[in-house]
Amino acid sequence: MRPAIEAKGVTRIFPTAGQDVVRALDNVSVSIGENEFFTLLGPSGCGKTTLLRLIAGFDFPSAGEILLHGQDIAPLPPFKRPVNTVFQSYALFPHMTVAENIGFGLKMLGRPKVEIEARVDTMLKLVRMEAMRNRRTSQISGGQQQRVALARALAPQPKVLLLDEPLSALDYKLRKEMQIELKRLQHETGITFIFVTHDQEEALTMSDRIAVMSAGKILQVGTPRDIYDKPAERFVADFIGETNFITAAITITGNCKVRATLKSGATIDATVAEGFQPKENATIVVRPEHAKLTTGKGDLSGTVETIVYFGTDTHIRVQLNSGEAFTVRQQNTRSAGCGFQCGDKVGISIGNDAAQVLRD
Amino acid sequence: MAEHFDVRRQTGFATVAMLCFLLLYLPIGTLVVYAFNDNDSLAIWKGFSLRWFHVAWNNTLVIESSIRSFQIATVAAALAAISATMAAIATTRTKPYPGLTFKYAFINQPLMVPEIVTAVALLIVFSRIKIWTGYSGLGYLMAAHTAFCVPFAYLPIRARLESMDLSLETAASDLYATGWQTFRYVTLPLLWPGILAGLMLAFVVSLDDVVITEFIKSGGQDTLPTYMLGQLRRTVTPEVNAISTVFLALSIGIVTAFFFISRKRT
Repeated sequence: MRPAIEAKGVTRIFPTAGQDVVRALDNVSVSIGENEFFTLLGPSGCGKTTLLRLIAGFDFPSAGEILLHGQDIAPLPPFKRPVNTVFQSYALFPHMTVAENIGFGLKMLGRPKVEIEARVDTMLKLVRMEAMRNRRTSQISGGQQQRVALARALAPQPKVLLLDEPLSALDYKLRKEMQIELKRLQHETGITFIFVTHDQEEALTMSDRIAVMSAGKILQVGTPRDIYDKPAERFVADFIGETNFITAAITITGNCKVRATLKSGATIDATVAEGFQPKENATIVVRPEHAKLTTGKGDLSGTVETIVYFGTDTHIRVQLNSGEAFTVRQQNTRSAGCGFQCGDKVGISIGNDAAQVLRD
Repeated sequence: MAEHFDVRRQTGFATVAMLCFLLLYLPIGTLVVYAFNDNDSLAIWKGFSLRWFHVAWNNTLVIESSIRSFQIATVAAALAAISATMAAIATTRTKPYPGLTFKYAFINQPLMVPEIVTAVALLIVFSRIKIWTGYSGLGYLMAAHTAFCVPFAYLPIRARLESMDLSLETAASDLYATGWQTFRYVTLPLLWPGILAGLMLAFVVSLDDVVITEFIKSGGQDTLPTYMLGQLRRTVTPEVNAISTVFLALSIGIVTAFFFISRKRT
């Protein structure tokens, strides 16, 4: 995979009113491949938008390099970077028509009128907005504005497209539609997309790879599967999906494989997060759908505390004998109930490939 | 006491309000009515006539001073709007820094310093320059008017700049627009209603200035307001009413035109 964008030791410090400084980005290094749909995921204030702004050129790093195809672009102003942005607020020019908005970038680059016209037509077709060509941007709906913003950013054929939470202003159905649309556009144009979001579901469904960020740092980079099934740290496991944390004693059995002895005395196989330092007691995560409730003895045992029906599945929360809580998610069927009641003494069996040991 | 407080329902509020409007508009109304008075006296109504409009129209002094007023106002408003636009961009498109508030005050100084002070100060400076250069044309009045018009042009332009979505300028620079192109294709078109408002305001303020003009004009440089002031010192005829009425109509015309232009823009 040839990298399109590489961040090397990028730090961005903001001064505050007092003597302290805020490290919006703290020594961040990441490599984003050509033709990749890459997502920066994290809660607000984690530094994901700051990183995006540094790549776009709206802000400059306090330290570190940002490479575009191997060339340091960190000192360049935004208008000298072949990188375009779709803004959260869309930032469409209200005094221009849809077509003028889309053609703006090429016009600024001094391309001939004929070429601009042709390109605008292509872009309008690409985002299915041919009929809106001469409308003012105030005369079209939010979803349509979103498409125009995309077309405008794609029209100059940038090397990298940056998307700053572009779907957050849309309602649920439109958002789902635009997610598919974005994937299609990325596939058709072959441009590297860097997508910023705080929505973990959006990140999982759309991305080739995800970088999970918190407090100015990238905690883990991986495919959606990696991030979900093999979280490296507690924050990652907790931020994406629901999960159970249990502590266990660890004995290393092989490469990336350990044997974990739970508090109940049962032992299970587990995979280990990258960068795990051998220690006696570690935190293990098990996703609720990767564990099974049994009437007999399982790997863990406890008492059913609450049962919540969710339509597709039922969440059963169990108070373990060790004092910890553990949630099991069980697929529903039409005819039968979940088969358990509050107060039942139950066992929990953890599958062979269900447990992951965190590094922190 | 939980009742909603509505100032409009307070006793006497309506009366006071009506009195204020009456005080504002009754004199103007009377002035306009008496412009059509077919009598030499201001106060006694004789009958309807356009006589005083004809008199004013045929009075070369009125025409000349009107032309002078418009020349000065046009130049002053244009220069003030240009300087004010630059000042507004410089004071809004920047990170706040110590001394920025002082700069606001500095730019708006003509609003706070008594006009008479500015007038005397300019008189002294200009008389010096007149001696050195020998030039005694309309340039002095144009310069003085430009100076006191700047804050009137600055305020609406700054307000418009502050309410503008900054991400539009960011988006332009992202789409390969240099600083100048961003200004030319995004900031300026969006700022235009503000500049127009500033231009109009400066124009009107310059048009009816008396104090500063009276102090620094040379002989034969009467503007319409100073000419009218001179007239009032002699016999007063409804001619001044007629001139004022035309002035009023013109101002209303300008303001209405601006209202429609700015509404169309936004």
